[in-house]
Amino acid sequence: MTGVTEQDGGSRGFVAATRLVAEREMKVFLRSKGFWIGLAVIVVGLFAISILPTVFGGGETKVAAVGSEAAEALADTGLEVREVADVAAAEALIRADEVKAAVVPDTTGESATGIRVLALDDPPNSVVAALRTAPPVDLLDPAEVGQDQRQLAIMVFAMVFLIVGMSGTAIAQSTVTEKQTRIVEILVSTVPVRALLAGKIAGHSLLTIGQVLVIAVAGPIALRLGGHQELLALVAPALGWFVPFLVFGFVLLASMWAVAGSLVSRQEDLGSSMGLVMMLVMGPYFGVMFFSDNATVLTVLSFLPFSSAIAMPVRLFAGDAAVWEPLLALGLLAGTVVLTVLLASRIYSGSLLHTGGKLALSKAWAREE
Amino acid sequence: MLTVTSVSRSFGDHQVLDGVSFEVRPGRMTGFLGANGSGKTTTMRIVLGVLAAHGGTVSWQGSPVTGAVRQRFGYMPEERGLYPKMGVAEQISWLGQLHGLDRDVARRNTDRLLDQLELGHRAKDKLEELSLGNQQRAQVAAALVHDPVMLILDEPFSGLDPIAVETVLGVLRERAANGVPVLFSSHQLSVVERLCDDVVIISGGRIAADGARDELRTRYGTTRFELVVASDAGWVRDVPGVRVVDVDGPRVVFEPDGDPDVDQVVLAAALRRGPVRGFTPVVPTLDEIFKEVI
Repeated sequence: MTGVTEQDGGSRGFVAATRLVAEREMKVFLRSKGFWIGLAVIVVGLFAISILPTVFGGGETKVAAVGSEAAEALADTGLEVREVADVAAAEALIRADEVKAAVVPDTTGESATGIRVLALDDPPNSVVAALRTAPPVDLLDPAEVGQDQRQLAIMVFAMVFLIVGMSGTAIAQSTVTEKQTRIVEILVSTVPVRALLAGKIAGHSLLTIGQVLVIAVAGPIALRLGGHQELLALVAPALGWFVPFLVFGFVLLASMWAVAGSLVSRQEDLGSSMGLVMMLVMGPYFGVMFFSDNATVLTVLSFLPFSSAIAMPVRLFAGDAAVWEPLLALGLLAGTVVLTVLLASRIYSGSLLHTGGKLALSKAWAREE
Repeated sequence: MLTVTSVSRSFGDHQVLDGVSFEVRPGRMTGFLGANGSGKTTTMRIVLGVLAAHGGTVSWQGSPVTGAVRQRFGYMPEERGLYPKMGVAEQISWLGQLHGLDRDVARRNTDRLLDQLELGHRAKDKLEELSLGNQQRAQVAAALVHDPVMLILDEPFSGLDPIAVETVLGVLRERAANGVPVLFSSHQLSVVERLCDDVVIISGGRIAADGARDELRTRYGTTRFELVVASDAGWVRDVPGVRVVDVDGPRVVFEPDGDPDVDQVVLAAALRRGPVRGFTPVVPTLDEIFKEVI
């Protein structure tokens, strides 16, 4: 009548326990409002970033015009027009970032309307779209990826990393809930502590992969709606790299969030132990944002675990990275993941049953109980 | 049978357990008595593998307790706790699976137990919506859901109202009757006195006494008798071989002073004098034994 599965000890029980813990974590989390609100914020944010500039950006665009045909074409477009004497003056204005583009007479006979559009590195969609007939576009410094697009990519990658990284707080909260309610004592007496940790990391990682997939699907749709088709083609391969980087990055952070939760005994004290992990999430975000123009720093960041999850996809997107680079960075990240999970597992075991104030990391490390 | 042998444990410089040895026999309710801080909870945590022993062994059916064996133990910790925001039945059934049950068996056991503990109507509610007494019943269910081979309960009756005590007691007795060894701690001696078959008394980290409850009473009790007659009982003083401990009108407490069978002489004399209203050996309470051994 017992119906108890005979445990031949060891791995089978471990795997079953890990699966059960992961299942519970996912079930509880999928039922929480916070999860769905977080995901909705990301998706809405993605759409907002890609569509809003197109909607609101037009009115402020400054354009230089050379010759009467250009001025005529630009009349009634709502663009702010500055008439200049010749093409050289127009180019100077573009390079000085005084105007976004210039409309100049066509000398090649290629253009039906007799005008061409000049821009720095990025086809000026808002200008081209404002003209009745789309003229040919010449870029002064044709780059594979325009500056605007690069900024957009950095912002999106960094935001997604930030949000996904922060969602790891759920692991810390779940751990501290188990400590605070003392159910942890039943859990620890039933299954190995490492199975508890593994289950939490696995459960939340699966949830994160699910979210990343939603983002990976919503992102391209948003870009299409925002009229960034050409950007989409560029983003696609970077997005392919971003997914594994993000997943590994999350597992790395997940084990640290679990440790942060295990060091304290009450929700109220969680803030004191989460500081370091917060920094490891915010650091890469701000690092990549601030140093996006500094190729050297960005290259370093693209190999460092944590920040590599953002910086390497950004470099791939901009076409700055060779094929071996993301592989090496991903290898470094994976190695760090393994090492961190092992360390976290020991600290987690040492601190899980501790009650009272915050436990110092060194003490948690020394406690073998 | 669970056997604890020479278990010791210290926290820092403080020796909490010192050579603790006792047995918990199948089919018996074993009461684990001790003052606060005497080492009851530490001992239980060591048996459950929540804490490591610094010395000694814990064995089950003659072999050292492994994780796989422990998975089939049932444990109710002193500090109660389940998931506050999870449904009652859902989490008990989940814990059953964690203990190695198949999903269906876990669900069936959960339903049966909740009904037995008169908690069936709250099965779908979140734990935090239950009263403290009902949360306690849920905790009992959590310890029993996987039909444990061994039950370890730390203060299982604290916080329960008298009706709930009877309900929980019924469930525990049923398990013991099925041959499961039950070890439960308490500092309420009257409760243990009523419930347990065996007693283990711990004091200052050492076992002060252990054995069957009745045997302990004989071992630590004196051979006193109480006689109640219809009139004044002062005459017992004059029976040879008797030492009177206390006389209060028709009631007298005496003990043999030499001849161990003198109680029968006193009884016969009393019957000759008139009606006898009462004649009983005075059995020491656990309270008295407890005070004597610690």
